[in-house]
Amino acid sequence: MTIEFRKEYFADERDDNLNEIGKPTQRQDALGHVTGRSPYFDDHLFNGLLHIRCVRSPHHHARIRRIDTSEAERMPGVVRIVTGKDVPHNLNTLLSLLDFGLDDEPLLSEKKVSYKGEPVAAVIAESDRAARDAVAKVRVDWEELPAVLDVEDAIKPGAPVVNEVYPGNLFVYHGKYDHQKLRFGDVEAGFAQADKIIEGRYQMSPIEQAPTETCGAIAAPETNDRFVVYTSTQALFFSLDTTSKLLKMPSNRLHFIGGTVGGGFGGKVDSLHEPMAVLGTLVTGKPCKYIFDREEEMQVGAPRGAERWYLKDGVMNDGRIVARKFIGYFDSGAYTRLSSYAIIKGVGHLPGPYTIPNVYADVYCVFTNRTPATAMRGFGITGVDFAIEAHMDKVAYEVGIDPIELRILNAYRDGDMKAHRRLAKNTALIECCHVAAEKANWALSAQAQQASSLRDGGGERGKIPNYTATDQNGLVTGFASTAYARKNKRNDPQPAAPAPASMSRHDSMPVTPRYEPPVRPQPAQPAQPAYTPPPAAAPAAPERRTSFSSISGLRRR
Amino acid sequence: MAKKPVQFHLNGSEKAVFVDDGQNLLDVLRRGVGDLTPKYGCGQGTCGTCTVLIDGEPHLSCLVLAETVEGKQISTTAGLQNGSELHPLQKAFMDGFAAQCGYCTPGMLMAASALLARNSNPSREDVVEAISGNICRCTGYEPIINAILAAAKDGGVRRYG
Repeated sequence: MTIEFRKEYFADERDDNLNEIGKPTQRQDALGHVTGRSPYFDDHLFNGLLHIRCVRSPHHHARIRRIDTSEAERMPGVVRIVTGKDVPHNLNTLLSLLDFGLDDEPLLSEKKVSYKGEPVAAVIAESDRAARDAVAKVRVDWEELPAVLDVEDAIKPGAPVVNEVYPGNLFVYHGKYDHQKLRFGDVEAGFAQADKIIEGRYQMSPIEQAPTETCGAIAAPETNDRFVVYTSTQALFFSLDTTSKLLKMPSNRLHFIGGTVGGGFGGKVDSLHEPMAVLGTLVTGKPCKYIFDREEEMQVGAPRGAERWYLKDGVMNDGRIVARKFIGYFDSGAYTRLSSYAIIKGVGHLPGPYTIPNVYADVYCVFTNRTPATAMRGFGITGVDFAIEAHMDKVAYEVGIDPIELRILNAYRDGDMKAHRRLAKNTALIECCHVAAEKANWALSAQAQQASSLRDGGGERGKIPNYTATDQNGLVTGFASTAYARKNKRNDPQPAAPAPASMSRHDSMPVTPRYEPPVRPQPAQPAQPAYTPPPAAAPAAPERRTSFSSISGLRRR
Repeated sequence: MAKKPVQFHLNGSEKAVFVDDGQNLLDVLRRGVGDLTPKYGCGQGTCGTCTVLIDGEPHLSCLVLAETVEGKQISTTAGLQNGSELHPLQKAFMDGFAAQCGYCTPGMLMAASALLARNSNPSREDVVEAISGNICRCTGYEPIINAILAAAKDGGVRRYG
């Protein structure tokens, strides 16, 4: 395999006199892989291993009237059947461990199910077959409820409430808004100035990671009242902490062993197998295995969530994009998992690798009666990048310029200000376009060929707009941002007042500024020294009190 | 449940086990005799990661009833090595970066070894066909195909067949 390096673009930034980087090296696990000795979680054998199988909802949305396990308990080989009552702290959200979001998902549902395949009971039996036979004998009295399976239907007034913790079917950001906002400049002024307005709607379906090894974990009693857990998790400490929280068990009683994953692609970040396996061991005293079969992996295993995007660009006749507005909907499924974070990440990426002086985004994390979504390879970015690049092609077509040249014209360059108010550096979109055009024998104009990420950036392009239009649409009340990690009793989550129903969510959205600025400056005009934005209205002024994690972009306290 | 005695050869050694009605070969290999190299991926014959050779022919061990292998020769990845010496296919998979998560690798190696046993000079199309029942979700098919072709050149048929 040959790797083609274009080191010259970053010649002043990197030291190539390195021993490993830039040179092929053998994977440290390759010998284990080719000899079949790599220790996947299921390669640990235990005498007397018990098998866990879940009783799952056949409905997208239903109330649980009664669960009758009496016949199943008498089946041969059945050791124990557990329900939500057996889970010491039966409510969690993965990112509560980072103080982000409210607990909204049980390990085993007790009152209602919100997606097809949601577990309500678990059979622990001496063989997988005995567990399956007993699952078929558990009788659940369901009261089917209307289900909502589309993101925009879910936020209409009167839609069924999917997730009681968020009655508006929307995740609440920072305890304040029913969506994540991005405001940079004044997008309406940009549209007014533009020669053309180009709109588009883009969406993608959920995508299952489908690892070859299905998700699973084995728990077993260890010495000194501890539990050893072999797991396929991709996120060992998420899994350990989640188990500790759900089972109210100090983490020093949990000895987690992972690291060998038979394909994950994001689907093994929050799979909830470890708490179930440990719960089985806790109630039986025996080693327990909980593994998805292939059907469960496909139906119940959390996929990359569906997304829907509305894009609206203000474009000049020469192809310069002067304003871009996004309204985005992430389908989180029935519970939050990692979708809230995907949106934070995605909004930080907007408006894509382009320098656009006016950017607006409202991105909603919507609860629907579909399988909860989670991580998958670049989640949060991949879907909106598809929307952005499909839209760039549409813009090129409608303006009548070459699609690669349109990208070069609008590409960000070193020193430009990104909409999330960080300076762009190490940019290389223009150079990527050059290489792509060269490989496709695609002719570019001399002007496009001469463009460079290193030139013509910064200056006016490196400044935060003098005026940014802000608003409070989507404001919700009654939510504390979160309380778990801080153990702040006074800020315990309160049921929320739903978002005002009068709000329209996309397209001609009435953007209500907090107050009318005396003059609304036009973005294309030079800076207007006469106008000084009042301090409270200007998120443009960096909020220095708030620090952001460089890894996740999550708010730190 | 009635158990049946079954004897077979695994990588040249004799094995005798009791199997349940309906128990599949994959389960018997992994839990009955402790050969953990064949993997469970789907249990329904679609992913190929449980591939083993029965009398030299590749089979999906999750779909083979254990009681049907009485007296057969079964080969798995555990038998590919000669002492500490790797099989040419194993070497080629390492050198060619043909394993990423490694979970499909034992099945790929079995499918490839069956191919090389019947065709010591396969074309690229032959290789593609031979591993067409084996899914790699890390999408590393190109390095895997290249590694099998490299192993064929390196005498991959040498010991197997």
